[in-house]
Amino acid sequence: MLAQVEIRERSGESCIARNDFCPGWIVDNFDRYTDPLVEHVFLTVAAVACGFAIAFALAMLARRQRWLVGPIVGITGVLYTLPSLAVFFLLLPITGRGTTTALIALTAYTLQILFRNIVTGLDNVPADARDAGLGMGLTDRQLLWRVELPLALPDIVAGLRIATTTTVGLATLAVFAGAGGLGEQIVTGSNITFKTGVVAAGGLAVLLALALDVVLLTVQRLLTPWRRAQPA
Amino acid sequence: MTDLRLAFLSDFADALDFIFNTREAQTGGVEVGGLAEVLDFTWEHVKISAVATGIACGVAIPVGLGLGHAGKGELLAISISNVGRAVPSLALIAFFVAYLGVGFTNVTLALVLLALPPILTNTYVGVRQVDRDVIDAGRGMGLRPDQVVRRIELPLALPSIFGGIRTSAVNVVATATIAPLAGVLTLGDYILSANVYGQDGRLAGAMLVALLAIAVELFFAAMQRLAVPRGLALQQPAG
Amino acid sequence: MKRGHFVALMAALTMLACGALLAACGDDDSGSGDSGSGNAQLIEANPDNAGKEITVGSKNFTEQFILGEIYAQALDAAGYDVKKDLNLGSEQIALRALKGGDVDAYPEYTSTALTSFFDVQPQDIPKDAEQAVDEAQSQFADEGLVAYQPTPFTSANAVGILKEKADELGVQTVSDLEGKSQDLTLYGSPECRQRLDCLVGLQEDYGLRFQKFTPIDIGLRYDVLDKGQADLSIIFTTDAQLSTRDDVVTLEDDRQVFPPGNVTFVARQQAAEEAGPDLQQTVETVQEGLTERVMQELNARVDVDREEPRAVARAYLRESGYIE
Repeated sequence: MLAQVEIRERSGESCIARNDFCPGWIVDNFDRYTDPLVEHVFLTVAAVACGFAIAFALAMLARRQRWLVGPIVGITGVLYTLPSLAVFFLLLPITGRGTTTALIALTAYTLQILFRNIVTGLDNVPADARDAGLGMGLTDRQLLWRVELPLALPDIVAGLRIATTTTVGLATLAVFAGAGGLGEQIVTGSNITFKTGVVAAGGLAVLLALALDVVLLTVQRLLTPWRRAQPA
Repeated sequence: MTDLRLAFLSDFADALDFIFNTREAQTGGVEVGGLAEVLDFTWEHVKISAVATGIACGVAIPVGLGLGHAGKGELLAISISNVGRAVPSLALIAFFVAYLGVGFTNVTLALVLLALPPILTNTYVGVRQVDRDVIDAGRGMGLRPDQVVRRIELPLALPSIFGGIRTSAVNVVATATIAPLAGVLTLGDYILSANVYGQDGRLAGAMLVALLAIAVELFFAAMQRLAVPRGLALQQPAG
Repeated sequence: MKRGHFVALMAALTMLACGALLAACGDDDSGSGDSGSGNAQLIEANPDNAGKEITVGSKNFTEQFILGEIYAQALDAAGYDVKKDLNLGSEQIALRALKGGDVDAYPEYTSTALTSFFDVQPQDIPKDAEQAVDEAQSQFADEGLVAYQPTPFTSANAVGILKEKADELGVQTVSDLEGKSQDLTLYGSPECRQRLDCLVGLQEDYGLRFQKFTPIDIGLRYDVLDKGQADLSIIFTTDAQLSTRDDVVTLEDDRQVFPPGNVTFVARQQAAEEAGPDLQQTVETVQEGLTERVMQELNARVDVDREEPRAVARAYLRESGYIE
């Protein structure tokens, strides 16, 4: 004879049964969100990192060939305009369902802001600083890494901050591409009616965005000690 | 390798066929696809996006003008943009569905909230960036504060304001793609209900949504350019 | 200068993220401690099954998630190397995934299979569960698929309505809606629009026209009734809410447009042969405990108590004595 599955008494009176907002539940069941959160962090960091690498390479290219700036801004602008959900499914015939597709779309979305801010940052380097560097006998390459990029850091990090915050938001849609993330806890099954769960997952995304923002700001402060004398 | 290339090209061709020709639905019994249906969904998509963006403008521009004119609330205006950017659109829609339910009104509300931050911030920044000399000149000419706003600050801030509307409009159009989760049938239904429309329909939906977003972007980019008052060379703020 | 610092920091952050992801990839077992007393049904791991990979899929609503988890965990206990791809979508998408090899098997309802895949009219579906499965099985065989013995429970679509509203309208059966339905809104899943055992059947067999049909995600089927947006909503007879709440009722399906279906585990023939006899045996054993009452209870644990399908499936397997 089979052992029996326990049929529970449900009075419908608990916070969860009434579908109210129950902070206690979030604390008790937080382990449900750790995997999605980690996936989310991975998607965000990987996309921004890849986007930065590509944008940086493009910026280096455009530094020499100034005429490239317009077309690159234009093309990355088109990528930025395309809704990520559409991009997931446009890529589907080519790269299939999964993390790769999501990453390609998320990376493409970051390119414009990162490229523009790197280029603007480098453009905003005061001529005096450049002249001083040249006067000291620095090669072009040394000039770039030791003078121009450090001075361009604030603009570059500003771009990174915007890109990161937006990517965290977009990564919630990665669930539609089959890549997991916090969106999975919002949209799967009956979760979309679950008030506490929606607030938890959405809230975690917002907190993640703010946390990463603070991290980047801190990184900027650490890397540009000469600016500490001025108000931020 | 050749197979791979050919395979996805034919997928796109099938999707194009879906847009123009009806066919029986995946589960049978009803016709889907075809231009009439596509236009219906497109209209719904445009409608909800326009309404939401319009309401957001109606709220954010006056507030932004007011705050910018008075020079108050800088921290608020800038932070609202940062926080707004951090809220995922999916979470916003889900929040409204969970608390208020499905339907056009509720989705519109969520989209309005989504559209507010860029318009508010850009209006505020646009007003703040107006040359002080021009404003002083206006005051010197005897203009009242509301006239200063209407005749000096607003026109000069227009490019920035349109930049904000442009950003919001594209965001709203993108988010309206998931409106079918809340019962509002936009072009996103082709993507989200692929079981009905098939893979052709889903790809067609993706293509249509992408085209719509680009069209909206181009439209507001043009408006932004037209909004520069003649005879004035202006620095356009980035974003 | 700080180039080195910057690069190092970025590298560190990326490694941190990768490390965290890898660490989290391990399975956490947070199962409860109850163990059933029955042990005759305990699933033993068969070393022959080691290394045999099976991908279990499911459709996109609570009951399907639970079933997918139950089968997946049971096969895992039997020693198979199990992958899951639950939440595939509705039946057309699931079938395509099955035929295409994305999944090796998934649980399908005999009624859905017969009406949606094999174009059988709802009224022609055999009432007897065994007969229905036999008919489904013979049709599946033509497609290179095999369907196993059915579950004890059946589930069917149903027209749900708030009791208050039903009393107000004076309706008890779906036929009673005649003459009234044109003022009523109906909400259902996206694929309901095309299904014989859903909107199409209501329109053709009952001759009903509704003020509006709105497709919404299946997970919202009770929410739209509660928030007053829907007068009528398509629900399932095994829904938890039908037992936990007394303010929602179903209208009797007097013209039999919504045939009940048992669940049958459908697999690709080739995958089934490679997996060996334990596949069928484990599946048919583990589903014996799935009566209607039990399925409803499991649905309640997910939809009402908000537990996760994986945990609920594990509890079912434990409480029934299939695993330790």
